[in-house]
Amino acid sequence: MGLDLPLFFVGVIALSVLLYVVLDGFDLGVGILFPFARNAQDRDVMMNTVAPVWDGNETWLVLGGNVLLAAFPLAFAVLMPALYLPILIMLVALILRGVAFEFRFRARVRGRALWTAMFSLGSLLTAFAQGLILGGFIQGVEVVNGRFAGEPFDWLTPYTLLVAVGVVAGYALLGACWIVLKTEDELHGDARRWAWISGGLVMASLGAVSLATVLVHPRVASRWGLPGFLADNEAAGPDGPVATAAEAVGELAAAPDRAVDLTQLLPLLAIPALGLAGFALLAWGLRRKAHRLPFLGAMLIFLSGYIGLAVSFTPFIAPYGLTYQQAAAAPNTLSFMLVVVSVLLPLILGYTAWVYFVFRGKVRPDAGYH
Amino acid sequence: MDFDALLLGRIQFGFTIAFHILFPAFTIGLASYLAVLEGLWLFTKRDLFKRLYLFWVKVFAISFGMGVVSGIVMSYQLGTNWSEFMRVTGNVLGPLFALEVLTAFFLEASFLGVMLFGWKKVGPRLHFLATVMVAIGTATSTFWIISANSWMQTPDGFAAAADGRLVATDWLRVIFNPSFPARLTHMVSAAYLTTALVVGGASAYQLLKRRDHAESRMALKMAVGMFALLAPAQLVIGHWSGEVVGHHQPLKRAAIEGYWETRADQPLHLVGVPDREAGRNHFQVSVPGVGNIIQGLPKEEVIRGLDSFPRQDWPVVFLVFWSFRFMVGLGLLMIGLGAWGAVQWARGRLESDRWFLRAAVSMSPAGFLAVLFGWITAEVGRQPYVAYGVLRTADAASPLVAGQVGASLMAFMVIYAIVFTAGALFIFRLLHEGPESVAGSEAPYVQRAPGWTMGAAPQAEAEGPVS
Repeated sequence: MGLDLPLFFVGVIALSVLLYVVLDGFDLGVGILFPFARNAQDRDVMMNTVAPVWDGNETWLVLGGNVLLAAFPLAFAVLMPALYLPILIMLVALILRGVAFEFRFRARVRGRALWTAMFSLGSLLTAFAQGLILGGFIQGVEVVNGRFAGEPFDWLTPYTLLVAVGVVAGYALLGACWIVLKTEDELHGDARRWAWISGGLVMASLGAVSLATVLVHPRVASRWGLPGFLADNEAAGPDGPVATAAEAVGELAAAPDRAVDLTQLLPLLAIPALGLAGFALLAWGLRRKAHRLPFLGAMLIFLSGYIGLAVSFTPFIAPYGLTYQQAAAAPNTLSFMLVVVSVLLPLILGYTAWVYFVFRGKVRPDAGYH
Repeated sequence: MDFDALLLGRIQFGFTIAFHILFPAFTIGLASYLAVLEGLWLFTKRDLFKRLYLFWVKVFAISFGMGVVSGIVMSYQLGTNWSEFMRVTGNVLGPLFALEVLTAFFLEASFLGVMLFGWKKVGPRLHFLATVMVAIGTATSTFWIISANSWMQTPDGFAAAADGRLVATDWLRVIFNPSFPARLTHMVSAAYLTTALVVGGASAYQLLKRRDHAESRMALKMAVGMFALLAPAQLVIGHWSGEVVGHHQPLKRAAIEGYWETRADQPLHLVGVPDREAGRNHFQVSVPGVGNIIQGLPKEEVIRGLDSFPRQDWPVVFLVFWSFRFMVGLGLLMIGLGAWGAVQWARGRLESDRWFLRAAVSMSPAGFLAVLFGWITAEVGRQPYVAYGVLRTADAASPLVAGQVGASLMAFMVIYAIVFTAGALFIFRLLHEGPESVAGSEAPYVQRAPGWTMGAAPQAEAEGPVS
């Protein structure tokens, strides 16, 4: 039996997106935390911790998009128009924050204030838009005949807004832990406080998102072996379920004995357990003033959330209209891509690691970074 | 997609890609120029080259950043606005775009960090390697994107499956499709010309202000040497590209040349006002008997005019006709400037001929304009197809409503206006200041923020090359 090529590329995309979320996550987080810095010098240091690597980090997003196009063109052609406006917001925000790195260095007084604000606003909006995209993705898009057939604002629901808030909190946490790792003195102390606060927000929003996902998306619930509270409302469309979420809670209270499939649920509990381990590591690391552990903890939290999501909507690549098998590119496209990816991806990972190695260690204000 | 959404989508793509192409057109050449400067510095140990490097790398950083962010828009726009195009051709074109990311974008993005911020982190040789990697990255990126675009002009190596979607049958023929070699050469050469004209113009500007500025004298010579050789070469390369068009896209050639009538012994129309309704050129000024010769064809050979193609396949002839003439006109001016520079150089008066310097300053944006006009010729001339002869633009669009596309078009126009204005302002400021001279390097960059890109450069200068 040969290699399952579509599955291999699901893995490649999953890896790109995971690397993107963790890597660009921390540099977007640094931007989100910008308004909380004490002074201009702290902001300079914060920006300098990410300036040499942000461009490479962002490239994982481009890779994810382009491998989706190359390996699953049908999914690409469905998802992009379906999530048109959130993607537009993300692109515009990415432009503003991307140019802000250079522009802020160049600008004089007023321009500097402007591009400081743009960096911060752009980072926040990028994170928020990515949350909308993720939420819209989980709640599913309408596919007829292999094409997107929904409405322009299908993605906009209370659920997606909740996910968006969660992503902002998550990136802020990564950013705070990154600053803890890369700086010293007062800024380092501030970042530890930011990590506590955003860590709490992440815990709350991750919990809320998990609960909401199970409550409003019966498919996901049944994947986790939980009773499909809203099985009857499935046809209600993307904005229907949320309105009835409250009913669902009521229903749950009324019928606590509805079957929970333990054989399904128990093995999957390892995923939230990983997340809890992440939170524990974060809290422990922050408490004993460790420099690296909090970032490690934050990464574990992201990993658990990520795997949890992946488990929830497998095998769909454009939920819930196209599976990854249905959306896969022609076999000869995939085998061509296999050769390309297996040669180049290790190489890219290698030199990316080298760049991080070159820029290892603390960033000090007096050295002007270098 | 309804008609308005289609039109708005086309305007949006045209607008965003025209904005985007300005930056690669400049950074492809500038990355190579920086690699040459740093190599010369390491090899000759002359600090003059390093000062030039440190100056141009600042301009590079701004342009490159703008190129990156406007490029991300392009790759996502293919999906958001042109999802049918991707649905039909994704099997064939998808890998080319993915290859661009894998072979070029990561290379550029990762080593750019070392190039801009790594002066004190790595040795001079490793730093040089980073610069070379960025230059290779920009060239590789050009390779793949021109390959994909050339496939849209001259699709090859594919077959249509039962469901109408395309599959590749021969990857080498997909990548090295018929128009690719000529168009890649034409574009790379255009990018180098664009950079040479900017470097030449900026150096000339400095020399008009301070005539003994050693860095600018050197940079001017390098630039003039480059465009004096490359501008005439580009004429030959462009002609080659034109022959490929004539062979594979005869309809586009007819539009470029303003040939309405299929006949032997075509004239050469210099100027005129092509009129699609009337099917002729108004006010045309033509040279009879040389059209075929320009095309490299014998006089008796029949060249197809627009009349031999169905009317619904005609592009907007006026745009194609005139953008081509502007491009060629600018190219001829570049040849003229190069020849003038070469003569003055031979007479030892290159840096002191103030009229030449003024001309070089005014020609510095010529490369950008020529690139834009060239792309308009190529892309408008491909219409009404998105993949020539395979898929019509009208059938390539996403299922969107005009409101969405209109909103995004507005958003991009506003954001690009802000970003472009600011970026241009910063670049002009830098060009106005010019490279540090030996005398000026005593008090370097005190006004700068600590995080300023080349903050470490003055210190690094003291160390000199280790090699």
